[in-house]
Amino acid sequence: MALNTEYVGRTFGPTEPYEVSRVKIAEFSDAIGEPSALCRDAEAAVKAGYPDVIAPPTFAIVISMKATSAVAADPGLGLDYSMVVHGEQSFTYSRPLRAGDVIVATTTIESIRSKGSLSMLTTATDLATVGGEHVCTARSTIVERGK
Amino acid sequence: MGVTYSDAEAGTAIPPKSYQVTRLDLVKYCGASGDFNVIHWNERIARSVGLPGVIAHGMYTMAQGGKFLTAWAGGDPGAVVEYGVRFSSMVPVPDDADPGSATGGATIEFSGTVAEKLGDNKVAVDVVARCGGEKVLTRARAVVRLP
Repeated sequence: MALNTEYVGRTFGPTEPYEVSRVKIAEFSDAIGEPSALCRDAEAAVKAGYPDVIAPPTFAIVISMKATSAVAADPGLGLDYSMVVHGEQSFTYSRPLRAGDVIVATTTIESIRSKGSLSMLTTATDLATVGGEHVCTARSTIVERGK
Repeated sequence: MGVTYSDAEAGTAIPPKSYQVTRLDLVKYCGASGDFNVIHWNERIARSVGLPGVIAHGMYTMAQGGKFLTAWAGGDPGAVVEYGVRFSSMVPVPDDADPGSATGGATIEFSGTVAEKLGDNKVAVDVVARCGGEKVLTRARAVVRLP
């Protein structure tokens, strides 16, 4: 089924606030094998000029994926999530995500395209603190394989 | 010590690195990221949907590239200010590694080149990721701030 192109330009959110914790950053860093002390040791992070431990660059997916999954599940969009693969992903940071950040995500559908039996949905999710400071924009393209 | 901004020029190579990925790594990444898609941990279901077996999360592979860039930039994950990829091929992860073993699973090989020297201590880099001879990330580009 083709995706509903009337959804292009539509914005979703902001989501419920997500609180970035030292423990979650350490867990994520362990899982990807990132050895940096700046992801685990607050003292080392402060010495490097950060207010607290910082997250690896792809950590933003933990927050942005929750937001984009909610968009993808909107019944009006017509996406079959079981047929979806991840096509492209990018992150643009104003500063690193760090422990103590309380983040809300706002997602905009940037484009819906189709190519043969494939449908492509590109979303841009802005992650900002509850105080309104932009931290990261996560742009994602997911591909729905046709049946 | 890693590279410095004054050393880096367009064409400067990032020393290649390889990262091993096993089933255990994928299970850990499921938990840390919240992405429990069954194709990343269940062989039976992965095969039933036409995959060669369990495959790594695209985001796991992207995270390895982030780690590769962070290591090059002197170990500061906050140095990666922009990072984007296209997922071009999957990374099958065979179930042949004992926990803690340095062999088995799959190996993802990273290399990269400085594409352009930007201002403010930043460089644009192109990253190549290969697994079993296939390019698993294409259009992988990052902006990294160097010491």
